[in-house]
Amino acid sequence: MSLQTGTGFWDPLLWVVAFAIALLISYLIWARGESTYHKDTEAVKPYLSGNAEPEKGEVHIRAGNMYWGFTEALKGYYSRVVPLHSGILNDYVLWFIATAALVLVIVGVIG
Amino acid sequence: MFYNLPFIVAGLIIMVGIVTMVFKRNLVKMIMGLSLVEAGVNLLLVAIGYRAGGIAPIFTNAPDAQMVMPTVQAMTLTNIVIGIATTAMLLSFVMIIYRKYGTADAGKMRKLRG
Amino acid sequence: MIQDIILQNSPALLLAVPMLGAFATPLFGRISGTVRNAWVLLVMAATLAISLVLGFEVLTNGTMVYTFGAAAPSLSIPADSGGIPIRIIFTVDAMSVFMAISASIVAFAVTLYSLVSQKMSTGKDGYYALLILMLVGILGMVCTGDIFNFFVFLEINSLAGAALVAYRVDKGLAVEGGLKYAVISTLGGLMVLFSVALLYGQYDTLNIAMIAERMQFTFLDQVALVMLIVALAMKAGAVPMHFWTPDAYSMAPSAVTALLIVASQASLYGVFRVAFTLYGVALNWVTIGWIVIILGVLSMFVGVTMAIPQKDVKRLMAYHAVSQTGYMLLGVGVGLAVLGDPEMMKLFGLTAMEGGIFHIINHAMYKGLLFLTAGAIFYQTGTRNLNKLGGLGHSMKWTMLFFIIGALAIAGIPPFNGFASKLMIYESVFLFNPLLSIIAMVVSVLTLASFVKVFHSIFMGPKLPEYEEVKEVPGPMLAGMGILALLVVLFGIFPQQIVDILIAPAAGALIDQSGYIESVLGGI
Repeated sequence: MSLQTGTGFWDPLLWVVAFAIALLISYLIWARGESTYHKDTEAVKPYLSGNAEPEKGEVHIRAGNMYWGFTEALKGYYSRVVPLHSGILNDYVLWFIATAALVLVIVGVIG
Repeated sequence: MFYNLPFIVAGLIIMVGIVTMVFKRNLVKMIMGLSLVEAGVNLLLVAIGYRAGGIAPIFTNAPDAQMVMPTVQAMTLTNIVIGIATTAMLLSFVMIIYRKYGTADAGKMRKLRG
Repeated sequence: MIQDIILQNSPALLLAVPMLGAFATPLFGRISGTVRNAWVLLVMAATLAISLVLGFEVLTNGTMVYTFGAAAPSLSIPADSGGIPIRIIFTVDAMSVFMAISASIVAFAVTLYSLVSQKMSTGKDGYYALLILMLVGILGMVCTGDIFNFFVFLEINSLAGAALVAYRVDKGLAVEGGLKYAVISTLGGLMVLFSVALLYGQYDTLNIAMIAERMQFTFLDQVALVMLIVALAMKAGAVPMHFWTPDAYSMAPSAVTALLIVASQASLYGVFRVAFTLYGVALNWVTIGWIVIILGVLSMFVGVTMAIPQKDVKRLMAYHAVSQTGYMLLGVGVGLAVLGDPEMMKLFGLTAMEGGIFHIINHAMYKGLLFLTAGAIFYQTGTRNLNKLGGLGHSMKWTMLFFIIGALAIAGIPPFNGFASKLMIYESVFLFNPLLSIIAMVVSVLTLASFVKVFHSIFMGPKLPEYEEVKEVPGPMLAGMGILALLVVLFGIFPQQIVDILIAPAAGALIDQSGYIESVLGGI
């Protein structure tokens, strides 16, 4: 039942049972409800400190803006690697041939 | 040295084909370079099978001499047929690209990048 | 009686049935579209059945040798040939059967999906015929025991794949992807043929077992080894030869991309077959093993870091395919680096190889599932741009569920199958070199990060006004995705059974070069 990795083991069925118990407990807590929540009144609308709610398309954060911090922090890496993926077919062939030549030199000289 | 000449020439043709593929920007010229590489590999294959002074590998009424190897000739024929299909498909792709993009230059065929 | 005939000829039937199906598809297409769809589905189901039968046979009775054109299929050496197997011989061992089963399952799910997703396209006869031919190429590559035959099936695979990538001609973008794929694949195939010529010139035989027996590792053999490994690793999408991967995978129809992933893994199988069976302990395993490990680590890292800033969802998934290929190369590379050292092999090498090989089938399942969900989103909304999508979780609930399953599996979250194979890789590679294992874990974290980004961009958020009429995708597409998702969950909950039945025999068959030679040459 459990996956042996040579230095340890991993038992997925125990994990599933534990997860199911946790889900059951959280469902029971969720089903108790909130007595001050009334549907279909003004209280359901999003509250933005009194500001007007922007239209739906602008509330959603687009993919280009996510992980800006990550790409900005690794800008030294990205500014060198992304232009290498230039889209020109000759460069693709050149990388292929250069890798073959490099590995040939390594295998021929070292091993 | 003289006996190795076919192999050296095959290697040179493969080199010329690869250099053409790397340095020429026109797509049709790149496909010509690919054809050259294929021709070089075919020449290498046939040259491997050659035996000096050998006769054709046909058993009927054969004189008593060494025959050249037939397996490489079969491999070369298979490769020639594969090459025909590949070149035909590649050239039809280039035709469609020329019709849609207006250019057959690999430096301008860069809409998929990054 | 007929069961015996099928069982005895199953390696040949495994290729003959889909090939006949592929060439008969345009004929059935003349009658009507529904008849052709039924025929294609029947052929794929039959191929899946034959591969399961063959798998059961090989896993219980050992390697199966099938000689084409001999009086009986197991007569591999004719009496008057002087000990050389001269016909084309299919040597189906546990590793071949493993790849064949995973390819057939994914191909069946993909065909179910294509029945709906290609409904509006023209030229469907050619599409289905090429899809089945691509499966023929994959099955031929993994079952054959003859290295020139391997090249021929590799070319069948590449050409069918390139034509399918360029299927949607539209504005020419897909044709650009198809052209790039075809040019580089052909160059790789020619390098493979160059190596085959070098090996034939020295050893006078094309059979893998015979070359392995006669191998002396001269300088020309080293050149042939490098050419074979680099060309086949290029076809599998290893960095730094991976540039064609995002272009081809993003522009192909989604069902085709799922099958292209399996084709790349068949080339990865070629790398392993060459390194372990063709050369075995004759090569300098430390150098070649470290080269494979370095290719794997580069693929993992460059793949995932290039995936994070992408805006096209299929391009992002294609970079992740490159990254996951790195895991397979890392796992089996560690096994290769300790090939000649029996105690280190027993300590962690075998587990690393099992992890890498288990990752192959896991990757085919969850990556196929992810590409099929991306295709479902494209089918309903018409765009792949993450900056334009949003809020689809309100209407496409099943697709969202399948996407969650696939994304958690690829990130290596329990209890899905990705976690099982990644755990095996982490623990065994840590014993080999801790730094590699740490890089693998960091890459796994970055994988989860980029899929959280995709999930939020596509499914979360308020319902956008431009996607008001978007509904769930039709039944057959959900069925295709459902088969793969079910297998992802099942493989995750019962990993030890899968390892015992499928993976451990495959890893053992790769390491056991003398067993392979003996099954073909008959213990001479």
